[in-house]
Amino acid sequence: MSDNNVLLRVDNLVKHFPIMRGVFQRQVGAVRAVDGVSFDVKRGETLGLVESGCGKSTTGRAILQLYRPTSGSVDFDGVDLVKLKGENLRIMRRKMQMIFQDPYASLNPRMTVGEIIREPLLVHNVATETEANERVKELLELVRLNPAFSTRYPHEFSGGQRQRVGIARALALQPSFIVCDEPISALDVSIQAQVVNLLEELQEKFNLTYLFIAHDLSMVRHISSRVAVMYLGVVVELTTRNELYNNPLHPYSQALLSAVPVPDPVIEATRKRTILVGDVPSPANPPSGCRFRTRCPIAQAQCAESRPEFREVKPGHFVACHLVS
Amino acid sequence: MPELLLDVQGLETTFKTSEGTVHAVNGVSFGLKEGETLGVVGESGCGKSVTMLSILGLIPTPPGNIKAGTAKFFDQDLLKMSRDELRAIRGAQIGMVFQDPMTSLNPVLTVGRQLTEPLMLHLGMTHKQAEDRAAELLEMVGIPKAKERLSDFPHQFSGGMRQRVMIAMALSCSPQLLIADEPTTALDVTIQAQITDLVKRLRSELGMAIVWITHDLGIVAGLAQRVLVMYGGHIIEEALVNELFANPSHPYTIGLIGSLPRVDQGENKKLTSIEGVPPLLLEKPTHCPFAPRCKWVMERCWNENPVLETVAPEHRVACWVDVKKERPR
Repeated sequence: MSDNNVLLRVDNLVKHFPIMRGVFQRQVGAVRAVDGVSFDVKRGETLGLVESGCGKSTTGRAILQLYRPTSGSVDFDGVDLVKLKGENLRIMRRKMQMIFQDPYASLNPRMTVGEIIREPLLVHNVATETEANERVKELLELVRLNPAFSTRYPHEFSGGQRQRVGIARALALQPSFIVCDEPISALDVSIQAQVVNLLEELQEKFNLTYLFIAHDLSMVRHISSRVAVMYLGVVVELTTRNELYNNPLHPYSQALLSAVPVPDPVIEATRKRTILVGDVPSPANPPSGCRFRTRCPIAQAQCAESRPEFREVKPGHFVACHLVS
Repeated sequence: MPELLLDVQGLETTFKTSEGTVHAVNGVSFGLKEGETLGVVGESGCGKSVTMLSILGLIPTPPGNIKAGTAKFFDQDLLKMSRDELRAIRGAQIGMVFQDPMTSLNPVLTVGRQLTEPLMLHLGMTHKQAEDRAAELLEMVGIPKAKERLSDFPHQFSGGMRQRVMIAMALSCSPQLLIADEPTTALDVTIQAQITDLVKRLRSELGMAIVWITHDLGIVAGLAQRVLVMYGGHIIEEALVNELFANPSHPYTIGLIGSLPRVDQGENKKLTSIEGVPPLLLEKPTHCPFAPRCKWVMERCWNENPVLETVAPEHRVACWVDVKKERPR
């Protein structure tokens, strides 16, 4: 099944982190951060990835092979990244980049902004020093920073400006795919819109494909074309943005959407909330069967017995729930 | 006009830092009625937390310095009280909940020990009475098997449960005022909904006034009756919640509401962003603190700092421009 529109196909991706104990550091268990995730990302689209608990950042990193997956395949433009090693993988990395959550931690404080943005070009040997310096200027302009800032250090910038530096670095190698790992959640509200508008503009300009990882469902609704909802390491629902927000089928998606506060007191006064009881279980010891059953308002006996299949219930609308027909 | 529970006038707080004196709060005045829920919104560094910490005497001095102002709580000025007098009020008449429940609970004491402490200290309960009451309190905030969990340590609770413990502790002495500083920011949305739901229930059962500090306008919309919007150490707009959202009048408030995507609205319009960055406040602003980012800025905004003026019943705005009519006020 090959589809030219699909840039990235993730199939049954698993990433377990071993839990070691004792003097001999024997493995006594595993944190099942990502436990069988499948989805595809079409060229030029933004796939939003939301969830709570754990797993969404790990999914992003496992796709880019920053964590080597425990099993599964990540098909990027026809190449299975999981099987790649060494130089071949390094060359592929040019096409896929990442923007990190914390612009305070993801920029080396001892490097100037120019050095930070130039580094990918030099590491990948795609530009000479002079070319690279030219490119740094271009990139800074592209993310609306003054090119003269290239000699400054990260601490001289505000959070929003630092995130722009992170974006410029990600764009340096002209990638086709960018994993945006909560790129705005560390920023102030008025700055978030600036960064999101910039990301949208760049996407249009360079036909970028985004995997947009976030917990802010309002922002995900704004930026994504399709959305995948994760819960405790598995995708429970995947569909187009409007379909998910107008017609969520999985009980977790329904509860999640109803829990998001709306900045409108008139609507808030009459809104019905589904309040989930309890907490997200530990990913080291997830519930049997359906992961969500311990908090699900409509769970039945079968939900504890078998894991629900992730299936297409309507064209383009995938759900993993026994009780959705 | 009903008696004010808390009446703050002209509060000014500064901090000495290596870069100079930061003017964090620059003349903040507001009142709070009994049983009222007041939302305080603004971005980081706007002075919303420092305002409340100043009132509670929780600003370390130095580097902090409360330069001016009064904060009357039941006609006693909190800012003039001695440490011991303040300690008798904090935890007893004013409860507090902070953002990160892990760092605000003592990790080496059991939850039971931390819950019984204020009960014995402020209410003079015996150990036995305090333990019974502590279990009741945990039950009230929805922690299952409350009695057994008293002997657990904070790390044995999840983030949402810890915040419930904090709320139980804050409410343990039946305070007239609860100050909550971003209490749900560290939690995921489904847990956040649990906590706001809990606070709404407790508010109607116990009838305390609440000051809820947050950057999330969505939470304010669902919880607060009145809202203060802060920017650059000033209150720049104050209104009843419905009025504020229906009729935002300060350019910053308008920008803030416009920059929010909404989970209940689908159309893919571009977000209106506020260009520029918040002020560093290394000098006490002599002009409108929002002027450098304002679309409607005029000459006067650079010369005089606007003061709060009433534009509609219970709606005050600090701006020289009438944005709707696009002309000076």
